[in-house]
Amino acid sequence: MSVKNELIPQASAANLTPEDFRQIGVDEKQSEVIQRESLSAWRDSWERLRSNKLAMAGLIVMALVVIMAFIGPMISKFDYQTNDLMNTNKPPNSVHWFGTDDLGRDMFVRTWMGARISLVVGLAAALIDVMIGVIYGGIMGYFGGRVDEIMNKFAEILYSIPYLLVTILLLVVFEPSLGTIILALTITGWINMSWIVRGEIMQLKNREYVLASRSMGAGSGRLLFRHLLPNAMGPIIVTLTLSVPNAIFSEAFLSYLGLGVQEPVASLGSMISSSLSGWMLYPWRMLFPALLISLTMLAFNIFGDGLRDALDPKLKK
Amino acid sequence: MESILEVKDLHVSFSVRGGEVKAVRGVNFTVGKGETVAIVGESGSGKSVTAQTIMRLIPSPPSKIKQGQVIFNGEDLLSKTNKQMEAIRGKDIGMIFQDPMTSLNPTIKVGKQITEGLIKHQNLSFAEAKTRGVEMLKLVGIKNAEARFNQYPHEFSGGMRQRVMIAIALACRPSLLIADEPTTALDVTIQAQIINVMKDMQERFGTSIIMITHDLGVVAGMADRVIVMYAGEVVETGTSMEIFKNPQHPYTRGLLRSLPRIDQRKDEPLVPIIGTPPDLIKPPVGCPFAARCDHAMKVCERIDPDPTHLSDTHMSRCWLQHPMAQEVQSS
Amino acid sequence: MSGPLIEVEGLKKYFNLGKGNVLKAVNDISFSINEGETLGVVGESGCGKSTAGRTILRLYEPTAGSVRFNGTDIYKLSPGKMKAMRRDMQMIFQDPYASLNPRFTVTDIIGEALDIHNMAGSRKERKKRVEELLDMVGLNPDHATRYPHEFSGGQRQRIGIARALAVNPKFIICDEPISALDVSIQAQVVNLLQDLQKKLGLTYLFIAHDLSMVKHISNRVAVMYLGKVVELAESEELYANPMHPYTKTLLSAIPVPDPEVEASKPRILLNDTGSGPIHSAKDGAASGDIYNLDNSSLVEVTKGHWVAIPNS
Repeated sequence: MSVKNELIPQASAANLTPEDFRQIGVDEKQSEVIQRESLSAWRDSWERLRSNKLAMAGLIVMALVVIMAFIGPMISKFDYQTNDLMNTNKPPNSVHWFGTDDLGRDMFVRTWMGARISLVVGLAAALIDVMIGVIYGGIMGYFGGRVDEIMNKFAEILYSIPYLLVTILLLVVFEPSLGTIILALTITGWINMSWIVRGEIMQLKNREYVLASRSMGAGSGRLLFRHLLPNAMGPIIVTLTLSVPNAIFSEAFLSYLGLGVQEPVASLGSMISSSLSGWMLYPWRMLFPALLISLTMLAFNIFGDGLRDALDPKLKK
Repeated sequence: MESILEVKDLHVSFSVRGGEVKAVRGVNFTVGKGETVAIVGESGSGKSVTAQTIMRLIPSPPSKIKQGQVIFNGEDLLSKTNKQMEAIRGKDIGMIFQDPMTSLNPTIKVGKQITEGLIKHQNLSFAEAKTRGVEMLKLVGIKNAEARFNQYPHEFSGGMRQRVMIAIALACRPSLLIADEPTTALDVTIQAQIINVMKDMQERFGTSIIMITHDLGVVAGMADRVIVMYAGEVVETGTSMEIFKNPQHPYTRGLLRSLPRIDQRKDEPLVPIIGTPPDLIKPPVGCPFAARCDHAMKVCERIDPDPTHLSDTHMSRCWLQHPMAQEVQSS
Repeated sequence: MSGPLIEVEGLKKYFNLGKGNVLKAVNDISFSINEGETLGVVGESGCGKSTAGRTILRLYEPTAGSVRFNGTDIYKLSPGKMKAMRRDMQMIFQDPYASLNPRFTVTDIIGEALDIHNMAGSRKERKKRVEELLDMVGLNPDHATRYPHEFSGGQRQRIGIARALAVNPKFIICDEPISALDVSIQAQVVNLLQDLQKKLGLTYLFIAHDLSMVKHISNRVAVMYLGKVVELAESEELYANPMHPYTKTLLSAIPVPDPEVEASKPRILLNDTGSGPIHSAKDGAASGDIYNLDNSSLVEVTKGHWVAIPNS
């Protein structure tokens, strides 16, 4: 029996033969084959992030700022601290692309140097926040009970002290330097992160897969580092991304008050501060650093938001 | 029987990354006046999407109604504006949902939630609406209705909340009630009560009911007619008796065989349906059940069968009903 | 069947809700399970059946009572000995979506128990064992590198079963393993569990709220209500001859997929109960205790058929 069939798949119009009605076996394995392409949770998030145009624009701006902060000063023939009293307060021109300041220093170089300082402070502060916050919050969330109560109280007390007060006190006692600023920013900055981690871990530790791992005899280390933290990573990364612009702004703010990095080192905040005296006459001295700081913060925030959407673990389909 | 709702050739898709999930693929059915029709199917069969499309509650995007008509009292609901739909929802069509915990607003008193619709749709004064609301609460079996009227949802147990949902859905005496898995989140003893309440209400008001469920036991106790859905298609319809006593589609038969029955003494092994339903991002060309069907024939993999009408009420969409199939099998 | 593998005696698990209110989730239950037997535990939400399962596995520390595995009281074991004991006692969970770590591949999920107990050997041996287990539960070993969210509910539950089997346990607690699954898939999983029991000589504690399925799979069934066992009997006996009023109510409420039976079946309707087994500070009683269970004890009425009867 070998009847050739070339039928169009249209039930009513079909021209059927008895051969069509011969039973075939069911292939069990065949119906279990997965149609869709394999995607890990991380890849899935990345794909989602990539399709978010705004977030990708944020990422590109972030990357450009970082790159320029490191190579920007090198592509100019000027350096950031040499005074040139013959060329003070020059508007942007072909030699000094962003103009010069009141001591004749090249604004292009100083702006990118300032961005470098801002980024270093922002990233360092955020990373230290994460390290302390994850450990502290992880312990609170994982152990719970009394441990959590005591540690949480301590965090609350620390949080209730106005951070500006602590910061200013610190900067007055210690020499104002990059290290001191970072210290000042992290002394209370980690608390928020620790609360986020605590909340995540508390929620995750009651998941059935954690219970399953416990029922197999897994110890605390495995539970924390294999199950809990990797699954809490999404909110941690988002918080990290969003705390960078916060730290950058805080640094700018402190520099603006004169508590930040000291001359001749530039920071975006201190440049804006020193431009104030003549901003009506020499607006470019304020414009470039202000523009850059706004752009950076905007980029980090947009990217952080996009990241939050992308990492939201709705993997159930 | 006069029909109140007619769904014609309904196609609904969802866009996901990497394609389009064709969740509902050409669904046809009617609901008569005062009739209870159960739509049975597993998750992903398209039964809930169908119900939500009738109510136009399905978010778009990601969903998209590709084609079809939903004729309710002679008018196509799919061509209504959102404003017009708002006037129909709650007034002419009521709906109850699976989870009584989340379908009531926790910050609004139960009484207010019942009277809202009455005031909006029937222009009653608050006092009139309250009288009607309390009466509804009594009808669905809530004791002490006057006092309960002023309580918040969290003061009610799960079963009581579902009763409140029924009271809200039926307050304006809609001619059609869509119940989407109304007992799934409830314990069996509570489930039995809710089914009783629904039957009782239907007798009193003559409401037509579309009941979406996966529980064949509930269907047997409630439905006049049954629609069996699989992979976005209606594979069999019939009266309860036809579906349970004389199922024709292998999927329906498989479902019934894979259920243990509490009233049977003999412990026969269960006969499961092997495999899993197809991924509707890429629906099979032929019959969607062919890959899991132990009667599958060559034709099944190539061509999706047309409906075969076995009686006025009984329809099965399967190649086994083709006369040639019966010839070949018996020879 | 030989002697009891599991003996649960006077098990209690209370949760302190604060302000003197105590949730007596498991309130003095006792039973034993023979080797190779399946004991079903049924009850509605909040009756304490899942808490009982988790306490028996010592995922929760008990408030009182003992659980003996082959004569050893597991609550008296040191952490090291308990870890070794976990190889013999495993669990299958209810929610096939929540019970698998979304960041692990199937290989890592199933291989985890092997890693914990240093049974994995070389990478190659581990991979081989995982593939063997996948095959045992009817999954395609080619999918071992995929992630759980790519599988359907039934397939994920099979992964959960493979994980439980990895360390060659003797006793498995199945905590509502099918209630989140579609009807056509439930039978697959139940049949798989029964096949594995025959093949590997497993002992099950099968927790569920679906009485028809429990009756189908269990040799004996315990009915729980408000943290107590109200009735315990051979499954045919329990369904043919229920004695406790709660059991009767429960049985009458189960819908049967047959319109004729449904039309003629009388139903006993239960009044909505209060807040479950929370014993308030005020009067010390649970609000839904309409059967006076606090003053009842389990009595063997006929051979092997135990019923909670109020103390006179």
